[in-house]
Amino acid sequence: MATVNDVVIKIATVNGTGSASANGLLMKSIFRMGVPVVGKNYFPSNIQGLPTWYEIRVTGDGYHARSHRVDLMIAMNAQTYARDLAEVAPGGWLLYDSTWPRSRLLDRDDVTVLGIPLSKMCNESFDGARARILMKNIAYVGAVAALLDLNLDTITELLAETFASKSHLIESNMKAIRLGYDYAMENFVCPLPAKVEQLDRTKGHIIIDGNTAAGLGCMYAGATVGAWYPITPSTSLMDSFRSFCQQYRVDEATGKRTYCIIQAEDELAAIGMVLGAGWNGARSFTPTSGPGISLMSEFLGYAYYAELPAVVFNVQRTGPSTGMPTRTQQADILSCAFASHGDTKHVLLFPSNPGECFTMAQQAFDLTERLQTPVMVLSDLDIGMNDWMVPDFEFDESQIPDRGKVLSAEDLENMEQFYRYLDVDGDGIPYRTLPGTHPKGAYFTRGSGHTRHGEYTEDGEEYQDVVDRLLVKWETARTIVPAPEILYSKFNKAAILSVGSSDGACKEALDRLNAQEISLNYCRVRAFPFADSVKEFIDQHEVVYVIEQNRDAQLRTLLMLDSEADPAKLQSLLHYNGMPLNAGFVVRRILEERSRGQAA
Amino acid sequence: MSYISKPKVAHPGLPKNKLGLTARDYEGAVSTLCAGCGHDSVTAAIVQAVFELNIEPHMLAKVSGIGCSSKTPAYFGSEAHGFNSVHGRMPSVTTGASAANRTLTYIGMSGDGDSLSIGVGQFVHAIRRNLNMCYIIENNGVYGLTKGQFSASADIGTKPKKGLPNQQEPIDPVSTALSLGATYIARSFSGDKEQLVPLIQGALLHDGFALVDVISPCVTFNDHEGSTKSYAHTRQFYHHVVDADYIPPAEEITTQYDKGSAIPVELHDGSKIVLRKIDNEYDPTSRAAAFKYLRDRFNAGEIITGLLYIDDSRKEMHDLMGNIETPLSEYPLEKLHPGQDELKKILSRYR
Repeated sequence: MATVNDVVIKIATVNGTGSASANGLLMKSIFRMGVPVVGKNYFPSNIQGLPTWYEIRVTGDGYHARSHRVDLMIAMNAQTYARDLAEVAPGGWLLYDSTWPRSRLLDRDDVTVLGIPLSKMCNESFDGARARILMKNIAYVGAVAALLDLNLDTITELLAETFASKSHLIESNMKAIRLGYDYAMENFVCPLPAKVEQLDRTKGHIIIDGNTAAGLGCMYAGATVGAWYPITPSTSLMDSFRSFCQQYRVDEATGKRTYCIIQAEDELAAIGMVLGAGWNGARSFTPTSGPGISLMSEFLGYAYYAELPAVVFNVQRTGPSTGMPTRTQQADILSCAFASHGDTKHVLLFPSNPGECFTMAQQAFDLTERLQTPVMVLSDLDIGMNDWMVPDFEFDESQIPDRGKVLSAEDLENMEQFYRYLDVDGDGIPYRTLPGTHPKGAYFTRGSGHTRHGEYTEDGEEYQDVVDRLLVKWETARTIVPAPEILYSKFNKAAILSVGSSDGACKEALDRLNAQEISLNYCRVRAFPFADSVKEFIDQHEVVYVIEQNRDAQLRTLLMLDSEADPAKLQSLLHYNGMPLNAGFVVRRILEERSRGQAA
Repeated sequence: MSYISKPKVAHPGLPKNKLGLTARDYEGAVSTLCAGCGHDSVTAAIVQAVFELNIEPHMLAKVSGIGCSSKTPAYFGSEAHGFNSVHGRMPSVTTGASAANRTLTYIGMSGDGDSLSIGVGQFVHAIRRNLNMCYIIENNGVYGLTKGQFSASADIGTKPKKGLPNQQEPIDPVSTALSLGATYIARSFSGDKEQLVPLIQGALLHDGFALVDVISPCVTFNDHEGSTKSYAHTRQFYHHVVDADYIPPAEEITTQYDKGSAIPVELHDGSKIVLRKIDNEYDPTSRAAAFKYLRDRFNAGEIITGLLYIDDSRKEMHDLMGNIETPLSEYPLEKLHPGQDELKKILSRYR
């Protein structure tokens, strides 16, 4: 298998042995050679000891999904030799630490096993147990550099940047790189037929995960109150927000903080804090995951009915219940759309990569303040915690944030009387006031039945008047949420419809199907309620393959409910084993569906 | 939670505060609680306390959970914003509201069901953060709206209207708050306005978490013989231990106190609270001593009231975090991000 810039490297290690920085170094050195990469972390719900994998897909074509194939396995974990060997594609390679030879365990006719005595070399060259373990990781990077023909100068440059303030570490790391590199050059045929060559396809791009991007987006959006309860895989979102705030949110005059992050006692409290802060006029948010949404549901219904802003990031993981906390899924679509009892529905945004996490974080605050209702951003573990290559983020300073319909003291002074829930403009969105503005602006925020004037009621007509007006607001939301991404190929009657992190694999599948003369149109929904163009898109086609990462076809259900799309047209292709979607799955399933359709 | 708003006709002779407002201006809608409910007396005490403190009505924020007590924010401060939240979650809403705007005065209205059962976690953690608020528990030992079940504050042996006496240990908000490090802890009785008003005033002005546990009898479900939260039982067994006198800013202490019995505490606006010890044995500045005293008297069946503990040395939530004085909600958005050029620098970390 002779390839250039099309190789998948998978590194099998033990959780807690510090391989993350080595893997990052390896990936960035390829990125700096101008070659697009995709980094996926498959890690256990564990602190130390269980097997963990990091997968680097080198993709000269610039695809974003994982590949189902593994060409080069770096098997650093004896516990998983058998399954790691089995996963290598025919014709591929497996590199392992031959300090302890395992010729019988690692025996496959169609895989080339490369042994390198990493532990032995590192024990001889470095002192201290921790250093030896860490340097063993760096040494395999050196070996891979030789095998794939990576640029050693780039690696040196990266190490120099990483350890700018600790120059002795540059030296020891370079020594480890050379150990691996030189051994590979002397003992293996380098480079392998699958290798990396300098390209020019990463300029103007960064490698970042979605949680970091969302935290940065919140900082840029002017969020000031963040309340949260730690939960995998959302935790790093608040870590990101905090670290950006520590750098950029210090008031110049006083040296005091212009942000308030509160680690709540649980998710019920976290959302309560977000609502209290939003009620008071601050841009506030909480990051969480599925179980947190379950706990927040009562308050989310309150916010829908009392019409309060709140931004909730749901970095989805595999359910139901505790499920698999370190695996990905898109299985909270329905629970978020209808979180809480009674007639409740929520605005959802669906980012498909870290770039959209950055922009949608900002859009979410504008929308929640405009619509006076919670906005949930449905990211997932794949987007949130994996390393994506995306175009540089842009921030338009000239764009004025939308703070929605908030009355000032002057507005109130000039008003006869303020009523909280009147539909003055006919768009279903009432005017609100912030506490502390003016005595005339005072009103009683309540989750109990209320009239358009904000008074308590148990009268059927008065109650219905308000909940019907909320539907008017819902239709306004439909017109201002992010529009779907729609791609037309040639004239045809079949299409793919997907959402969020399924996007990368779907687009790659479109290319592969196109190569087989199967052209499909494509629609990726970016928000709920669905824009009218989503329904129009479905109407134009005879069959729409709805691709999503859950068992119960939740997106398809939502399409049927909200857009009144013809269910007969919507064919589900479901992927829900917790691993990120790959293009091979989409292609295979579509071909199966087509042959079944033709047979019928 | 009333259909009826009170007509705002003030008697011309009514006294006015420094803002030119009368006590009527601090009232709310007509109460829909049962006639004789202790909570209505607490509402009246709040009206008087806030009126006398010259708090601008719109700078007061009223937050509550669910239950009879949580309805009361509708009955005072008609020109103050109210947030009647969900059951047991008043503390988190107040925490977020305070995070956004620390310049408002927060009064949280809760009950024994709302704070000691469903919301005990949030009650505890608001104390832990030393959230700057006045937290009032209208404590009657029963659930009223669901018709008379015992709450977590019901005493051992107290009798319900129907059924068997309670056998489970009560959760006492005062000793709970004391063990958690609350910085202002008071207990009073809805029928003792003279004691209650200054305790609420001190709580409103205290910089940090201030608890006022008010025994507030439920006339419908828990005011019978054999109940330990009835008017009659409370009147018979309650004792003032440390009362508080509120002295407005720039006013001299004129009362003659017995030697060693008065502890003046300066509040952030220049006003003072003078702790007036009725029992000279009691030390309201020592957590350990206060705890022992309270437990001993509790075991003897007494209801100890007054300003039972104060610590004005600890920082409240915002100061612990080092937050700016300006309300975060008023900080201009354009000053909250470093701009496009800085974004480019940030992105260079990710190449």
